[in-house]
Amino acid sequence: MNSPVTTIKDPQEKKTVGFKFDVQSYTLIIAVVVIAMIFGFFTSGEFLSSRNLSNLFTQMAVISVLAVGMTLVIVAGHIDLSVGSIVGLTGGIAAILQVWQGWNTVTVVLAAIIVGAVIGLWQGWWVAYRNVPAFIVTLGGMLVFRGILIGISKGQTVAPLSTSFGQIGNSFIPYAVGYILAVIAVVFLFIAKIRSRAKRQTLGLTLAPTFIDYGKITVYSVCIIIVTYMLNRYLGIPVPMLIVVVLAGIFLFVSHKTSFGRFTYAIGGNVEAAALSGINIKRNVLFVFILMGALAGIAGVLLTSRLNAATTSAGTSYELDAIAACVIGGTSLMGGKGKIVGAIIGALIMTSIDNGMSMMNIEAFWQYIVKGLILIFAVWLDVSNQKK
Amino acid sequence: MEAFALQMQGITKEFPGVKALDNVTFSVRKGEIHALCGENGAGKSTLMKILSGVYPHGTYSGRIVINGNEVSFKSIKESQMAGVSIIYQELALVGEMTVAENIFLSHDLMRSKIIDWNKINTEAQKWLHYIGLDINPETKVNQLTVGKQQLIEITKALTHNTDILILDEPTAALTESDVEILKGILMDLKSKGVTCIYISHKLGEVMALADSVTVLRDGITIGTYPISEMDEDKIIAKMVGRELTELFPYEPRKIGDTILEVENYSVFDKQLNKAIIKNASFKLHKGEILGFSGLMGAGRTELFTSLFGGLEGKKEGRVVIDGKKTKIQKPADAIQAGLAYVSEDRKRYGLILGMDIVKNSTLVALNKVIKLNVIDNALEVKKAEEINKRMKLKAPNLEARVGQLSGGNQQKVVLSKWILNNPKILILDEPTRGIDVGAKYEIYKIMNELAEQGVGIVIISSELPEVLGISDRILVMSEGAIMGEFRREEATQEKIMACATGGKKL
Repeated sequence: MNSPVTTIKDPQEKKTVGFKFDVQSYTLIIAVVVIAMIFGFFTSGEFLSSRNLSNLFTQMAVISVLAVGMTLVIVAGHIDLSVGSIVGLTGGIAAILQVWQGWNTVTVVLAAIIVGAVIGLWQGWWVAYRNVPAFIVTLGGMLVFRGILIGISKGQTVAPLSTSFGQIGNSFIPYAVGYILAVIAVVFLFIAKIRSRAKRQTLGLTLAPTFIDYGKITVYSVCIIIVTYMLNRYLGIPVPMLIVVVLAGIFLFVSHKTSFGRFTYAIGGNVEAAALSGINIKRNVLFVFILMGALAGIAGVLLTSRLNAATTSAGTSYELDAIAACVIGGTSLMGGKGKIVGAIIGALIMTSIDNGMSMMNIEAFWQYIVKGLILIFAVWLDVSNQKK
Repeated sequence: MEAFALQMQGITKEFPGVKALDNVTFSVRKGEIHALCGENGAGKSTLMKILSGVYPHGTYSGRIVINGNEVSFKSIKESQMAGVSIIYQELALVGEMTVAENIFLSHDLMRSKIIDWNKINTEAQKWLHYIGLDINPETKVNQLTVGKQQLIEITKALTHNTDILILDEPTAALTESDVEILKGILMDLKSKGVTCIYISHKLGEVMALADSVTVLRDGITIGTYPISEMDEDKIIAKMVGRELTELFPYEPRKIGDTILEVENYSVFDKQLNKAIIKNASFKLHKGEILGFSGLMGAGRTELFTSLFGGLEGKKEGRVVIDGKKTKIQKPADAIQAGLAYVSEDRKRYGLILGMDIVKNSTLVALNKVIKLNVIDNALEVKKAEEINKRMKLKAPNLEARVGQLSGGNQQKVVLSKWILNNPKILILDEPTRGIDVGAKYEIYKIMNELAEQGVGIVIISSELPEVLGISDRILVMSEGAIMGEFRREEATQEKIMACATGGKKL
């Protein structure tokens, strides 16, 4: 009884093959490879050294965490311009609680995440229940939270933090543990693929050729092992990178396997149809903003920990980097379409340009120009792909 | 020879797969009010869009002669220059601008390098005086009633030296008193030599205003008649005049108990503060297919979107579902109570076009495929597959985006989405609009099958043969009220049309 419904082809349908060649995700990977090769060449391989890769993955952590949340916000059809200020404020609060009030690290981290979530609640309420456009609410928030930060820190840099707090953003995983995690990840990838293929088989769904499916998984696995090896040649996998991987995993799950995630895509895809399908638009959007706020809180902790200080300008313009990362990663600003993995690759591209160009001793102004042009180019690629 | 302001000869217009107009001839004498009548989809709007240059010269065949000169408009601008102005049902005014600004929005007075506001305001005053409106030209348009706004549209049209004024359903949104003012102005314009083409479903108005009437049916001119030779019934007969040719798979069924009872249900428009649904009362039974007929704008969609909780605005009345008094505030309440609503605009209200068939199919009944708060993808695909098989969906595979499907298959996905949730009451709003005959037939079969299983079905349709062919009972709405009820055996196109146009109870 599990034969496919739809063996009869309607002549009116456009023909699509079961195996979708997702141009966008391959463009992204090609872009990463090209950028790595260019910088590798111009820095005589220094860009691809273990030490620099370690730096690169640590540097990109804050933007990656923000981009994960921003993907959900943009998919839901909104935008959050305040995340840079939330990063600054939550990081500042963490530092103040620890340096001035003497709180311990665990409580401080929780406090920062909770403050972030409460800020998200505030903004989500305005957007969802008061119908103020997210652009305006979060533009206002950008000013308000920066202002609060300057106020409560009295304009000073708050430092230094405790050793344990500093470890969040600056420590590494022991080599052996790193390899074990890498192997677990590889095994998990294969098991997941085998299971999904088996399910699709019993349901009579189209299967990509075995060679392609397992080939892809093998390539991913090799990449994981190589990256782990490279990082272990230096100090090991940086903790911030692990945090990004874990958060990305959680949010991948949330976006694909929960009704909340499904509804978020539906709302961004067509809010009117979603509403008539009985979806609670307001509550869903509110929750998206709460998650964004909490993630910004985590990013704030990471940043403060890495710098071992909270400054009044911390996180400035991070919202734009996060949005750019999402967009480069294939998230549509029209809503309804976006990938968390894409956003992280987008963050990697943005950070690589910063990192690579400063290694080449190119003046900083060029970084802005190149990043800006890449953003425009990425969206143009997306738009022209959609027209086909 | 009589002087014709407009002659359209041998107009043929084709859309992919449909001949919207077939060799249509339409002649209007100078200075008369000429009514254009026909059912929904008869080709009235298409003909007027050709005349006003919306469909440019070359996309249709035939000749247009205005005041003796053959014309070939390539844009709306060109038709305006030649003195043709069209006023649509939906107003095209900028609410935040003043009356004067709106009147001269596309006028040369606005094109000068420096705008002379005093001149614009005094000119506007003159035109308002000419048309007999006592309004300060510096009032913002959104402070006026819809009726007054309509009159501002007419004023705007006249500033373009309009010879031929086309009014498309001008009174649909007007109150009684505004209709009277409009009538007065039209008679006045006639005496000033302006030719007027008046499209209306309200045959009472046509009889009162027009000098002659042209009837279109299925893209063909049925004829042009002096109004003195016609009456409402004759016009209706000309408008309908066709046999039931399409096949409807109707089988008599056992009708069960009442599943939905609506009593004195009224809905008020939020902005106009006017009742758009007036004291509607009806019953729907288990296993019954209840047709809702009426002209566009009769309030059928508003009645059911409001019942479904999808329309803002105050509502009054009693709704009893399956014996329980139910209060529905939002679509989730309606779904909870067992309602399903297939909207007339599937792309806008029915589907997430960028999502695949599986995800669209399970959007309403997602809870059925969730275990421990996690979506069971295998189960989801299985459910989607089963339901779409039942709907006889044709698609390359279930992971195709619904945006890639044909209209008929998109509609089947919408049906899947709702039927997967096992509704007790299924509301179908123009379910076969824009889809091919084969898919239509399959949708009728699905309706019959569901009715057989005891689902109460409401079908809103503007196609009379469809309503007559599929329904057990037909209710007719006009201007927000239920005007008549017909059993399947007694219903005819003529009776329904008469009821829908004049509100004549039979």
